[in-house]
Amino acid sequence: MKSLLRIFAIMRKELLQLSRDRLTFGMIVGIPLIQLTLFGYAINTDVRNLRAALVDQADTHLSRQLIADINASQVLVFRDRVDSPLQLETLLDSGQIAIGLYIPPDFDRRVIEGDRQAAQLMVDGTDPIILGVGQRLTSIAMGFDTQRRSASPAGLLEVRNYYNPERRSAVNIVPGLVGVILTMTMVLFTAVAIVRERERGNLELLINTPVRTTELMLGKIAPYVIIGLIQVVIILGLGWLLFQVPLRGDRLDVLWASLLFIATNLSLGLFISTSATTQFQAMQMTFFIFLPSILLSGFMFPFDGMPEIARNIAELLPLTHFNRLIRGIVLRGADIQSMSRDVLALLAIMTVMLTLAIRRFSKRLD
Amino acid sequence: MNDRDLVVNAQGLCRSFGPVKAVRDVSLAIPRGTIYGFLGPNGSGKSTTIRMLCGLLTPTSGEARVLGLDVRTQSEKLKQQIGYMTQRFSLYEDLTVLENLQFIAEVYAIAGKHRKTRVEQLLSDFDLQEKRRQRAATLSGGQKQRLALAAAILHEPKMLFLDEPTSAVDPQNRRDFWEILFGLAEQGTTILVSTHYMDEAERCHQLAILHRGVKVADGSPRDLGRQIGASIVEIIADDANRARIAMNDLSEVASVTQLGVRLRVMIPDSIAQPAELVRSALQEKHIEGHVEQVPPSLEDVFVAVTEMRGQEEQAA
Ligand SMILES: Nc1ncnc2c1ncn2[C@@H]1O[C@H](COP(=O)(O)OP(=O)(O)OP(=O)(O)O)[C@@H](O)[C@H]1O
Ligand SMILES: [Mg+2]
Repeated sequence: MKSLLRIFAIMRKELLQLSRDRLTFGMIVGIPLIQLTLFGYAINTDVRNLRAALVDQADTHLSRQLIADINASQVLVFRDRVDSPLQLETLLDSGQIAIGLYIPPDFDRRVIEGDRQAAQLMVDGTDPIILGVGQRLTSIAMGFDTQRRSASPAGLLEVRNYYNPERRSAVNIVPGLVGVILTMTMVLFTAVAIVRERERGNLELLINTPVRTTELMLGKIAPYVIIGLIQVVIILGLGWLLFQVPLRGDRLDVLWASLLFIATNLSLGLFISTSATTQFQAMQMTFFIFLPSILLSGFMFPFDGMPEIARNIAELLPLTHFNRLIRGIVLRGADIQSMSRDVLALLAIMTVMLTLAIRRFSKRLD
Repeated sequence: MNDRDLVVNAQGLCRSFGPVKAVRDVSLAIPRGTIYGFLGPNGSGKSTTIRMLCGLLTPTSGEARVLGLDVRTQSEKLKQQIGYMTQRFSLYEDLTVLENLQFIAEVYAIAGKHRKTRVEQLLSDFDLQEKRRQRAATLSGGQKQRLALAAAILHEPKMLFLDEPTSAVDPQNRRDFWEILFGLAEQGTTILVSTHYMDEAERCHQLAILHRGVKVADGSPRDLGRQIGASIVEIIADDANRARIAMNDLSEVASVTQLGVRLRVMIPDSIAQPAELVRSALQEKHIEGHVEQVPPSLEDVFVAVTEMRGQEEQAA
């Protein structure tokens, strides 16, 4: 009972202080917002609703289907239908359209024979992104082509590959960001938690009270668990709103994975807090963890592409395991039991860190 | 006195920080209900000794029992029964007065009903009612100090350690503060208070003078005056400066302290008639002045023990 009272006392105190620390409070909401929009939009190469015009000199069932396909992709909006390629060029020249589609009269024959391009895209190549869109659109037409003839299985696969790398950027990044942001904020908040008390002189009073080390640690961690969960909701919610990132898996699984990861990061932060003597040192140590986490965890570069030594280091980082968990749950709809290896790894890291933190923290000044 | 009546019983406490010997061979015996003073200049080891007695620092050598508990091995048990007011304000500046006291009450796990009444009682006892919703950071020096004392005695400790509690407090507040301390001592609380104010030291029942980590004298303020082995001759001279130079030239004089137009000259007991010695020395130099032997003040004691120590150390 007394123990609970003391844990709640520390928790309440932490929350009160937090609510008065505008900077930290702002970081809780601000970091997810800024990072998500920055990362999301910066890496997002999905361009939509480009102005376009078309010439359909074939006007067959096939050509109309091609136009319908392109329309459905929402990449282009056909604002004009003109009669000759020359008119398309004029529109391009004047900047009224970014892309023109020319379907020649012998379109059907070209598609069936497949030896030449069936239609032509006229692209404003000054903007590399639009050029990229044009190149991607070419594969749409080709995919349509191969489907029709079912010439080779390779062609069919090409169609699928076309969509994936495209959508992957935003979709893959958002769940990854959950882990990155949690690492950044959770470790940092707790890393300074005890150091701050030491710097401000509060610790000398605190360690002279009957509060036990474990109570102190738990009381300090608990408020941030809630804050971490709020961040998860913000990131996944915004990811869904802004980038249509789906949540395919069970929400409870997301909760468990997040809870586990948050607790691991908080323990890591506490361990840093017991090792550092100034807040500045604590921040440096946080970055020492944060940088390799971002680089090696599979957030930036594909895990399998890294050399073995980097992969081994990555296995020690909580973010690596969480990335696997959250991507699995959110994108593939996997359930958490099927990834018990990563769950166990996180549990192990957390236990080690928390034990070390409690061991290292001494209720004495020497 | 029986050892069991001693609230603090320390033998040969030493504490080093690397090469620095912060506290050397300090022994203490403080009976129940006493206000015991630690007088000493900056860096003399007052805080370090207090921290060892609270169980916050492990002594390099020596033993200490506080309330019968060994500070090395039973410090957790000890913490329930002692209060410690740190030299630096150590409550939370970003919490209000009330929140700070509530937090301390909860951390000491004081039972629910009692908790509230105790906090309210302290707020009114320490004249903090109006400040209850104010952040600690914005309190004045005197208010902070009252809050810190309130927090230190909230759980009604039997032993109270106060480390320079009245630095940055005006004389009126200091007097009020000491009223509270006397009240607590009457109720049986033992208090160890460090200071470098003579007038405060004067109020203590018992006193130890610390100098460079060594306890150089102890006893009641009055006893200490008798112990110093020197007499004090006071000179009121028109030209105090010249008088001081004349005194400094005398080899018998241990020290000269100037207080405005008055000079306090310390002369070891080995000189039979100190006032005569001073008078003839002044006459020789044609300095007019009133010369009188006076009882030693605590300040003289302080100067005597620290000067003599200094000379001993130089000789060694
Ligand atoms: N943690 C520490 N590490 C190294 N040296 C220390 C430490 N704490 C104290 N000291 C040294 O021990 C000596 C005694 O310090 P202490 O704080 O006990 O003095 P004090 O009497 O309380 O002085 P003040 O009146 O300035 O508070 C000083 O020389 C100080 O530099
Ligand atoms: Mg001190």
